[in-house]
Amino acid sequence: MRKLKALLLVVALVVCCMATACGKKDGDGKIKIGVVNNPPSESGYREANVKDMEAVFSAENGYELKTFYSKVNDEQLQAAKGFITDGVDYLLISAAETTGWDDVLKKAKDAGVKVYIFDRKIEVDQSLYEAAVISDMAKEGETAVNWLLAQNLPEYKVIHIQGAMGSDAQVGRTGALDAQFASGKMKKIVQQTAGWDEAEAKKIVETVINSGEDFNVIYAENDGMARGAVAALDEAGITHGVDGKVVVIGFDCNKWALRELLAGKWNYDGQCSPFQAKIISDLIKSGKAPSQKIIINEEKGFDAKTITENDINTYGLGD
Amino acid sequence: MKITGKKLFRNGFGQLTIPLIAIALLAVFNLIRDPGFFSIGIAHNSDGNAVLSGNIISIINGASELAILAIGMTLVTAACGGQDISVGAAAAIAGSVFVKVLKSASSINGGTVLLAFLLSCIVAMLFGAFNGTLVAVFKIQPMIATLILYTCGRSIAYWINGGATPTISNPILSAIGGFIPGIPLPTPVIIVVVMAILFKLLFHFTSLELFTQSVGINGAAARLNGINPMFIKLLSFVLLGACVSAAGCIGVSRLGLINHETLLLDVEMDAILAVAIGGNSLGGGRFKIIGSILGAYIIQTLTITLYAMKVSSTDVKAYKAIVIVLLVVIGSPVVKQRFTKFVRRLSENRKKVSAKGAE
Amino acid sequence: MQEECLLTMRGIEKRFPGVLALNGVDFSLRKGEIHALMGENGAGKSTLIKVLTGVYQMDGGEIRLDGESIVIRSPEDAQNKGISTVYQEITLCPNLTVSENMFIGRKSGFVIRHKDREKRADEILERLGIPARSTQLLGNCSLAVQQMVAIARAVDMQCKVLILDEPTSSLDDNEVQMLFKLMRDLRAQGVGIIFVTHFLEQVYEVSDRITVLRNGELVGEYLTEELPQVQLVSKMIGKELEELSNLGDGDEEKIMEREVFYEAKGLSSSEAMPFDFSIRKGEVNGFTGLLGSGRSESVRAIFGADKVNGGTVTVKGEPVKITRPVDAMRHGIGYLAEDRKRDGIIADLSVRENIILALQVMNGLFKPISRSESEAFADEYIKALNIKTASRETPVGSLSGGNQQKVILARWLLTHPDYLILDEPTRGIDVGTKLEIQKLVRKLSEEGMSVTFISSEVEEMLRTCSRLIVMRDRHIVGELTGKDLNQTQVMKTIAGGEA
Repeated sequence: MRKLKALLLVVALVVCCMATACGKKDGDGKIKIGVVNNPPSESGYREANVKDMEAVFSAENGYELKTFYSKVNDEQLQAAKGFITDGVDYLLISAAETTGWDDVLKKAKDAGVKVYIFDRKIEVDQSLYEAAVISDMAKEGETAVNWLLAQNLPEYKVIHIQGAMGSDAQVGRTGALDAQFASGKMKKIVQQTAGWDEAEAKKIVETVINSGEDFNVIYAENDGMARGAVAALDEAGITHGVDGKVVVIGFDCNKWALRELLAGKWNYDGQCSPFQAKIISDLIKSGKAPSQKIIINEEKGFDAKTITENDINTYGLGD
Repeated sequence: MKITGKKLFRNGFGQLTIPLIAIALLAVFNLIRDPGFFSIGIAHNSDGNAVLSGNIISIINGASELAILAIGMTLVTAACGGQDISVGAAAAIAGSVFVKVLKSASSINGGTVLLAFLLSCIVAMLFGAFNGTLVAVFKIQPMIATLILYTCGRSIAYWINGGATPTISNPILSAIGGFIPGIPLPTPVIIVVVMAILFKLLFHFTSLELFTQSVGINGAAARLNGINPMFIKLLSFVLLGACVSAAGCIGVSRLGLINHETLLLDVEMDAILAVAIGGNSLGGGRFKIIGSILGAYIIQTLTITLYAMKVSSTDVKAYKAIVIVLLVVIGSPVVKQRFTKFVRRLSENRKKVSAKGAE
Repeated sequence: MQEECLLTMRGIEKRFPGVLALNGVDFSLRKGEIHALMGENGAGKSTLIKVLTGVYQMDGGEIRLDGESIVIRSPEDAQNKGISTVYQEITLCPNLTVSENMFIGRKSGFVIRHKDREKRADEILERLGIPARSTQLLGNCSLAVQQMVAIARAVDMQCKVLILDEPTSSLDDNEVQMLFKLMRDLRAQGVGIIFVTHFLEQVYEVSDRITVLRNGELVGEYLTEELPQVQLVSKMIGKELEELSNLGDGDEEKIMEREVFYEAKGLSSSEAMPFDFSIRKGEVNGFTGLLGSGRSESVRAIFGADKVNGGTVTVKGEPVKITRPVDAMRHGIGYLAEDRKRDGIIADLSVRENIILALQVMNGLFKPISRSESEAFADEYIKALNIKTASRETPVGSLSGGNQQKVILARWLLTHPDYLILDEPTRGIDVGTKLEIQKLVRKLSEEGMSVTFISSEVEEMLRTCSRLIVMRDRHIVGELTGKDLNQTQVMKTIAGGEA
């Protein structure tokens, strides 16, 4: 299987090279970009991320874009080497693993290819890349918890539904809330992982309802699990949302979730912004070296009271 | 009571003894832990309908998809002496097709929902037939054959809806996944009952049960008696396909959302366990559908119990594993035999004692 | 007498749910004797053997070995005490070498010296006159040699008591003789041998003493030379034989005038060479020949059990296509397969389900036989064929061999076939049932059913068939009817000699 994959990769690269060889003749004047990313099938977030890259680095905007998607680090490394050989001007990387990139980035530097890292950090010397445009998951959680504190509820009895344990998003979104539990400002009714599974989230909330314990906040670490939780509330006839008993918080800002917000059924949706392409494009077009190496992407959070249709169209993921 | 007890001992271990004892134990455990655990209340859901609520309802409602899959898995196990590990992935495909059809329909009404379900059913049965062909015609081990769909099924599901996790909100769907207005019982529970009755009728009005068992126990002999083992095995996978599509569509209807990555994730192992806990041999042959359905409810009771005890859901799997190992070991032929022997010796001793007493 | 006794079993009792399988059975084995254990199926032979080898724990009685009372806890325990068993089915590993098989599973140090073992194995094989080399793969040896290796293994483990459970049922005559020679050698070395078999001639050829069991009770112990064969049989089945010995003579001429029911020309399958064959209404004919001569393969081709390659077939004069078993069944043909366990019974299913199976298949998937109807069918045939079973819902696998065979017969009779093919219906079953089946075949043919009968016992074939088709090396080499139907003529034709 491995061998087969490797073989396919080689074939793909050869085809890539040939395409480039042809492309060079009539594609001059455009900035050549090579993007190494995780596959769009990974998540809604990644899908939006990939679409955003493809939209920003389009031919109309003066770019010639080559992409490679894989969640296997070795394959990503190979592809990056291939792009360098092809002679791209910029190499954009969202790595599957944070280590193992030293050689490739050195090679890029020697070849005069400028490297931007996006979405995830890579553990290499900062001199090897121009800038890293990344999300700060912890900040995302803090934004949401600060919003929750600002609601000034008389008491906070929280059902906390976590994502797949150990994932970046889970760790980031859990941290801020855990701090509140520890300080005693909020009361932990239950803290369970549903592993991003909507149905599991519903079961967790159902069990709490059946036990008769009181709660007034649901903090679900993604939109799907928030939807599952809300389904359990609906079945039990417990009100939720802007005028309801239970405050519902979700993450990711799927379009459908933002519409729930707009309808007042949920209260808050936090986002880990997948839109780094514009920032990188601006940096490239400015022609100057970025002033700072680490650029934290601005994280959004939407309140049901202030969200607009325009926000949904601009920032919502999916359709 | 005494009579049934005696009968039970005389027949050794009936197939349903273990699952029934397991349910009884779980019930007693929960009653001691929380006397109100099994209380059933009436709540008004957000649509204003009076519906039943409580842990029992949560359990039988939540186990619906598993129970339906366990029915089909029982058939495949009986006929092929192996299991289909692709049911979760196939359910994701079926659910994706269901949503895809509904999304492309101009309006969602009873007709389009039915059409969407039928199409998803056909797709799931085709994938079932694919698995079945590998197993029946090419004689590949079921687990290996279905490993293919297990691996690529969720990617196919991803592709059907172009990678999105679309949502659909519609009263008909919430009636399927939740409650039909005026009926206080969750619809998935009713669907399980309907499916169980359908299969019961299938076994009543055809000789499929006899043929499936014959093929599972002794394929060579079945063939020489004019049964076509290939057809029976293929059929079992196709019927499982129908179950898969039903489970997938219920799962989608519950939340009005298809997430190809998480829909019925890891359900295949639970379905296989349900079959085993129900006292069915995983090596094929004799089977009881009702045993597998009981098995599904046991697994679900266990999960809900652990949740109610606030066991972290990462640990839930470990606790489940312990209980399941116990159940499977108790149900194993070795233990059954020892136990039957022990009971017989006990009753003989009692007879001796009472005989002496009479003297 | 008493002090020579190597093994004595006194008042052995064994109970199964609802059945008293052994009721106070006594059995003694002396040093250096071959002792045949006889009885119908269900008489308790297997149970007694299993008690002796520790497979079952007895519920009462005493076992003494070399005068000392012993308790046998498990098969390993039995082996360590010097009681070894060689079963009908070879229980060794065909993919290991002879020497590996002889030493596998036996206590040894961590270091295994293959050379030493092979040397020792070769010595034993040579001493016992077994034609095998220690380095050979066991699977490459003939069945007889495999069985002898199993015996050699037992001998090397210093066994005092050697149990041979149906050792000859899959051996040809030559191989049987080899085995007997080995048994006699072991007897001379002082080993006590318990010999379980269905072949009466073999009992008389090799055994010194006979113990007969019936219905879980001891009938008696006899010196072989003092017990005539007829008496042995009547002791086994508990009634006199006269009524059974004459099965009546078919009127061959009459049969030859009847219409042909089935006719095949140039029929061939993946296993069978092209052959011609026909059978008339009410005729009983048979295929005979040595094992591997192609007799089973031929009838399998008739039934469509193997892939049919060519030939034309007519049933009642109409050309038909029979390529699958179900085709044959639809044309009124039934087939009782040679290997009962592999191709006949569905072990875990009940007697009732096994009986209705073929009829149900003919009815099809959508016309199931109702529960009450199937119960009536089962009861009818359990009674008609005198099937001994605890109930109609008992799993057929727990029945004795003869009763299993009757269940399969019932299965086919229930379909009311015009033509029934019986491949070795009497192999490995007891004398009583054997006669019952022979009588049944006669009766069925009188009622107009055609029957093709295959048996390894020529004498049985002569008694039941009016026409014998003789096969050698996968070809039909002769057809015997009328006065040619006698042992000598059959042997001559099989052997291919003119004289």
